[in-house]
Amino acid sequence: MNPVNYLYLAALLFTIGATGVLVRRNAIVLFMCVELMLNASNLALVTFSRLQGNLDGQIIAFFTMVVAAAEVVVGLAIIVSVFRTRHSASVDDTNLMKL
Amino acid sequence: MQFWVLAVVSVAGALGMVLCRKAVHSALCLAATMLALAVCYMAQGAVFLGVVQIVVYTGAIMMLFLFVVMLVGLTAEDSVKEPLRGQRVAAVLAGLGFGVLLIAGIANANLRTFTGLAAANAQGNVQGLAQLIFTRYVWAFEVTGALLITAAIGAMVLTHREHTEERQSQRELAEQRVRLGQQITPLPAPGVYARHNAVDIPGLLPDGSVSELSVNPTLRSRGQMRDVSGDMLRRMDALESGTAEWLGRRTPRPRTGTELVQPVPAQAEEVEESE
Repeated sequence: MNPVNYLYLAALLFTIGATGVLVRRNAIVLFMCVELMLNASNLALVTFSRLQGNLDGQIIAFFTMVVAAAEVVVGLAIIVSVFRTRHSASVDDTNLMKL
Repeated sequence: MQFWVLAVVSVAGALGMVLCRKAVHSALCLAATMLALAVCYMAQGAVFLGVVQIVVYTGAIMMLFLFVVMLVGLTAEDSVKEPLRGQRVAAVLAGLGFGVLLIAGIANANLRTFTGLAAANAQGNVQGLAQLIFTRYVWAFEVTGALLITAAIGAMVLTHREHTEERQSQRELAEQRVRLGQQITPLPAPGVYARHNAVDIPGLLPDGSVSELSVNPTLRSRGQMRDVSGDMLRRMDALESGTAEWLGRRTPRPRTGTELVQPVPAQAEEVEESE
């Protein structure tokens, strides 16, 4: 299989994730879309690693996973605490700092 | 062949995640995409990353997502109305343009060289990765550890609720209840009606009306209380009076069809079971 096809797949998944971030308004689903974008970039990194014939791309993908895990933990904690005070998980309702 | 199966599964999962109304369905679609991506990694010689993807992403992160969905209680669907007019169309157009740009960029890139991982994975994928992580990337690895600890502490701080006063004992709570005199007895139980034994169905009071108190306050505040259907009550009433008539215990009373009936005595249920 031509490895460039994996790059096209990664681009497609990233685009779907980005569109999801723009379209959806539920904070949890937004987070899932961000995760999808991170995963797509991971796929591209793994493919680059295979194209170049060294393991550096895989290492970077591994670090991306770790950072994504940390980000999800903090982000979900923020969503839970916002939900506790505002009783809503919609990103449109969080407008306390609006003038 | 393998690639096409994986591509179809992952793209379908991603689209499902964006298009599903309910957060739980989105989470399940995303889990399917992540599993397909894990197989993609393994097919490309990144065996370790594939396993990590399954363990960390589908195992830990998706479960965290599901926990939060459960905690936040997003059974209510995403609202359809748009606060900004035309925002959705504009977003889809922007996404399409971005995708075209990205794919055109990849198509124009000079990707003629293909080395493959045979030489790099000669000693095994995990050994090769370990060699790199603990030599060239050791500093990044250490910083990652610090980041993870910070994230864990941050999550604890953000979700922690401090108890500023001592917790009330059971006796104090009971005394307070009597003093306030609002509801001294235990709350009525939900779903005592024969056919509806669910927690989101309110119990019926002796006069046949619905007892709001019998449903959990969380469900009440979310507006997830289900109605006891009048149809069911009417049917039970017909059954009951039909039985009574047949047994000659009382004269059939005229039914208007709209009146809300008395709670059904046990007798009617027995008859229903024997039929």
